[in-house]
Amino acid sequence: MIEIRHLSKTFLSPEGETKALRDVSLSIQTGDIFGIIGMSGAGKSTLVRCINRLEKPSEGQVLMDGVDLARLSQEELRKKRREITMIFQGFNLLMQRSCLKNVCFPLELTGESSAAARQRSLELLDLVGLADKAQSFPAQLSGGQQQRVAIARALATEPKVLLCDEATSALDPLTTHSILSLIRDINEKLGITVIIITHQMSVVESICRHVAILDQGRVAEQGDVSEIFARPASAAARRLVFPEGEAESSVIATDDRHFIRVVFHGAKATATPLIAQMALEKGIMANIAYASTRSLADKMFGSMLLSFPEQDQARRAMAYMTQIPDVIAEEVNRHV
Amino acid sequence: MFKNIFNAEMAAEAWDVIISQFPLAFWETLYVTLLASLFAFLLGLPLGVLLAVGGKKGILPLPAWLMKLLNGVVNLLRSVPFLILMIMVIPLTRLLIGTSVGTFASIVPLVIAAFPFVARLAESSFREVDPNTLEMAQSMGASPMQIIAKVLIPESIPSLISNGTIAVTTILGYSAMSGIIGGGGLGKIAINYGYYRYRYLVMLCAVLLLILLVQLFQSLGTRLAARADKRLKR
Repeated sequence: MIEIRHLSKTFLSPEGETKALRDVSLSIQTGDIFGIIGMSGAGKSTLVRCINRLEKPSEGQVLMDGVDLARLSQEELRKKRREITMIFQGFNLLMQRSCLKNVCFPLELTGESSAAARQRSLELLDLVGLADKAQSFPAQLSGGQQQRVAIARALATEPKVLLCDEATSALDPLTTHSILSLIRDINEKLGITVIIITHQMSVVESICRHVAILDQGRVAEQGDVSEIFARPASAAARRLVFPEGEAESSVIATDDRHFIRVVFHGAKATATPLIAQMALEKGIMANIAYASTRSLADKMFGSMLLSFPEQDQARRAMAYMTQIPDVIAEEVNRHV
Repeated sequence: MFKNIFNAEMAAEAWDVIISQFPLAFWETLYVTLLASLFAFLLGLPLGVLLAVGGKKGILPLPAWLMKLLNGVVNLLRSVPFLILMIMVIPLTRLLIGTSVGTFASIVPLVIAAFPFVARLAESSFREVDPNTLEMAQSMGASPMQIIAKVLIPESIPSLISNGTIAVTTILGYSAMSGIIGGGGLGKIAINYGYYRYRYLVMLCAVLLLILLVQLFQSLGTRLAARADKRLKR
């Protein structure tokens, strides 16, 4: 388990100080796939670098299985880093080494015999589906293949934690999908805790179980992915979950009607003709101002923005919606 | 100046010099250049590593005063013109090899002039290595020495070869100048015959040979660098 307690990081530069992280506290369970999502500049990369201590936190602690990383000596820290390996947006392979030698690299650092390192590296290349590319050089591979080699390399020292820093951001959607399913396989087969740093909601949607939303160096929200998708409480979460919020707010701004947002999830809710039922049973006529659906971990999620000419109708609609299982409704304030 | 170069008498004399003196001079130029390059690399490459990794945010931060000293020495030696440096290091040459005259003695000033240059070239090669790659090695638990030995140097080999070629050709040029303080080689012949005795044809031939040598080193270096570079798709 990784516990991050009251972590802050301030960068000093001639232009003044930048607070990259402010009082971040998270706990990540062993075996979890944990997403850390935020816009550029939210402090994600700094946070992940504080976890393996490539960056020294200004305040706070990172505990790995109860061990405070700050208390380790340089030598102990180097050993610990073999348990917390990392893959990167730019893959960061050694371009002058063959794929096999790249995977051997972390094993060479530990002083493992070259025969054993070679054997293990071949197995790992096989695991990521690149057994036939062992003698190729990284420049001869596609981006997705290079990331697979990087994953094999990260697994070489049998880590407990795999940090993925924007690992799919340089890849096309199809390759992203295949890399993410590889990461999920590894998580399931080897029980490695995975921490995924990303700015893409789709990445969190497709593999994470828990998520923390980082906004301007603070944790805006954290919890179950499905929970946060269904009920994004913070403004930062809403911006990520409903990237169409821009369009929503322009709809709201140009209209003096009353709005409620309805979020529904699960097969039961999606199968119910909500709007028609409400019109028939309660006689409330709603206008759908905006709607979207997405699938998340095999569940359907939908979001609708309904508008009403009078506040009374909006309230009654709210009351009606909230009593239906798997449906959440909230009033939308024009000034949010 | 170049009048009467190509009359029969001049040509015959030049041919005489070429036959009797060029082979030795060529050999002298070659071994002075290669030996001086070897020593310059032996001193310059480690210094280049220190310059590249010792900075405040480097892989192996060294004390600021040490970095200032190293940079100062390199800049100082680089700013003294070679002609003057050759004369300045005469006492050192005597100390090291007992004499300050002769072909072998000219290696000392060449090394002193070339190693700071090699250090700067090597530093720039090392700085070409992607900082993200170095961060990767750190994240895998590599020690500073491991990063230098397993990442920094191997990843910059092609660039080191290219820059090494520049160094060798520059040292070749310098070695021609050392004829002035009694060094041998093609440079001495060019100066002695062309400058002191107005035998331009001999000078021309010596220079031609120097040009050929530079061409040879350069194309060898370019080819080696390309062959070493695994980033090129083949």
